[in-house]
Amino acid sequence: MTMVQDMTDTAIPNPPRKERSLGQLFQRRPELVSLSILIVICVTVSIINPAFLQPSSLIDMGRASVVTGLFALGVFAILAVGGIDVSFTAIAALSMYSLTLFVINVYPTAPMTLVVVTAILGGAGLGALNGWLVNLLQVPSLIVTIGTQYLFRGFLLAFIGTVWLMELPPQMIAFGKAPLLSFETANGAVVSLPIYFLVFPAAAVVTWMIFNMTLMGRAVFATGGKADVAARLGYDQRTVHIFVFAFTGALAGLAGIIHVCANRMANPFDLVGTEIEVIAAVVLGGARITGGTGTVFGTVTGVLLITVVNNSLVLVGIPSTWQRVVVGAFILLAAAFFVTRQQKQ
Amino acid sequence: MRKLDGNLVLLVTLFAVLLVAGGLLSGGTYLSLFNLQSMASQVPEIGLLAIGVMLAMCAGDGGIDLSGIAMANLAGVASGLFAMSIFPVDEAPVLFTVTFVIGCAVVGLIGGTLNGLIISRLGITPILCTLGTQMFFTGVTVVLSGGRAVRIGTPEPLYEIGNGYVLGIPISFLMFIGVATLLGLVLRHTPYGVKLMMTGSNQKAAEFSGFARARIVTTTYALSGLLAGLAGLIIAARNVNVKWDYGTTYLLIAILVAVMAGVKPEGGYGRVINVVLAAIILQLLSSLLNFVGLSNFVRDLAWGALLLCFLFVNRFALVEHFDALFSSKRDPHASKN
Repeated sequence: MTMVQDMTDTAIPNPPRKERSLGQLFQRRPELVSLSILIVICVTVSIINPAFLQPSSLIDMGRASVVTGLFALGVFAILAVGGIDVSFTAIAALSMYSLTLFVINVYPTAPMTLVVVTAILGGAGLGALNGWLVNLLQVPSLIVTIGTQYLFRGFLLAFIGTVWLMELPPQMIAFGKAPLLSFETANGAVVSLPIYFLVFPAAAVVTWMIFNMTLMGRAVFATGGKADVAARLGYDQRTVHIFVFAFTGALAGLAGIIHVCANRMANPFDLVGTEIEVIAAVVLGGARITGGTGTVFGTVTGVLLITVVNNSLVLVGIPSTWQRVVVGAFILLAAAFFVTRQQKQ
Repeated sequence: MRKLDGNLVLLVTLFAVLLVAGGLLSGGTYLSLFNLQSMASQVPEIGLLAIGVMLAMCAGDGGIDLSGIAMANLAGVASGLFAMSIFPVDEAPVLFTVTFVIGCAVVGLIGGTLNGLIISRLGITPILCTLGTQMFFTGVTVVLSGGRAVRIGTPEPLYEIGNGYVLGIPISFLMFIGVATLLGLVLRHTPYGVKLMMTGSNQKAAEFSGFARARIVTTTYALSGLLAGLAGLIIAARNVNVKWDYGTTYLLIAILVAVMAGVKPEGGYGRVINVVLAAIILQLLSSLLNFVGLSNFVRDLAWGALLLCFLFVNRFALVEHFDALFSSKRDPHASKN
């Protein structure tokens, strides 16, 4: 299965002959670098502290990667179109909290499928608003989404509620608990990988299909590569922007509801503030912030990399206060690496 | 005759409207000396950060500085810890303050230069670079302080900077106006200022004209860092503690102020006086919302909505539109720029 986008380097003609050296391979497939770093980190950490390889810690990381992963797939889409979004966490918080409140107070017997679908649609609606505004105002989407982040979050906290919802309806708790796999650890405790973990790979496959097999996917990469050329080719910029931002919003809504079910409570102050880490994950996966590039496979690798870094610092004896320094340094190093790669080409 | 700056007119009008509305709604207490002083002393932190954002935006090529408040907190914490390790706060308050002030400026300058070098030499997009350094600076602040608040205390000269008055005007506000005036003059009358705006409006043309783009960009981000360092100084002077997560909403507000001031996000245009006025207007509005008794969350909502409104106004050039409408009656050529 090839994960490289056809549109990756529309501006640069392909080299006539495929080079076989490792350096060339890394230059063409930046996500392989992240994958190598991921493997090196995993091996190093498990040598220093074998506890890393215990099922319980692996499952913890698997669980932790779901919400970040869904967010990251959304950010991947936005970066592909040449924008940047910092409002997706606010979308997730707004849709998850208002939906949970609605289910508790108005429709406690709502089937789980309906809840999930509503979350996705709600998120998509808010995302579409983002896309519409970005297209209308013609300013960098960072500035627009900073505005909508405060708009959405302010609306949530000012008008919907600020109290934690601790008493979730049973079907949501059941969804958060349903196990996919269960292990018994050495000390007798049972750890289980919840079924919602599957949502992340499923969403990754869907994203891959949209971006590699549909006309819309091509339109997105074309717009990210050179917006005015794409417009002249007949790709309607407004449709492309609304689609991409709505797609990101939908993934954020889904991530929000999973976050609630997994934690068995809805805290309106959650999620907002994690944007930079998600963007870092996608950038580490080889997507350029200037648009037109990136792969789903790279994004998944980046998410795993960030999750492993966050969860293994303590295992190897680095105090958790260093976490931001490490992630920040990772962003800068990755960016520097990919830029030099670009210049060599 | 120079063309009237439509944005400046709008800001002055807003300023007057807010003062009158505040006076009427509060029955005069809004315009009392005490309230005016307290509002003035809250402007500099945001104002300095917003000028930093403006400088980065002016440099063009997607320029923006997202690391401002992180830089300010780092400057406060790092310089505070350093100064405290040399001079005990209680025994040598003057020496402590001098060291602290210089330290803040130096830390800001170093951080800003780092941003500038990464952007201009490595060619990393400003958004990505400053996102990374934002996290990095915050991380270093957390590591230095162990995640706790660092108590600077209230040594006499430092306390004066944050809370003292000269002729009834807060010293921090005077400092802010001084820095802003200086910067405004630099941007308007020095070769650096002219080259900065030209680089921002057309990068290619500037490069072919032989401008040292890398040096201009580095200087710009270094200045932005220096301003953030000064903001850190004022934060430390006004609050007894400095902490890594102080002012999490400042990033948005600084960008909001810059957009309100008519700074073009695509680069090449921005005026310091507009930024100063926009920062003051935002403070007036914020205090007004407080007077009316609205919660902080409503204020966040209002800031978001306001940012989008101003983007809308700038996008469709509404101010120029009205300006042209009025002036076309006097002079038929005024609408042609």
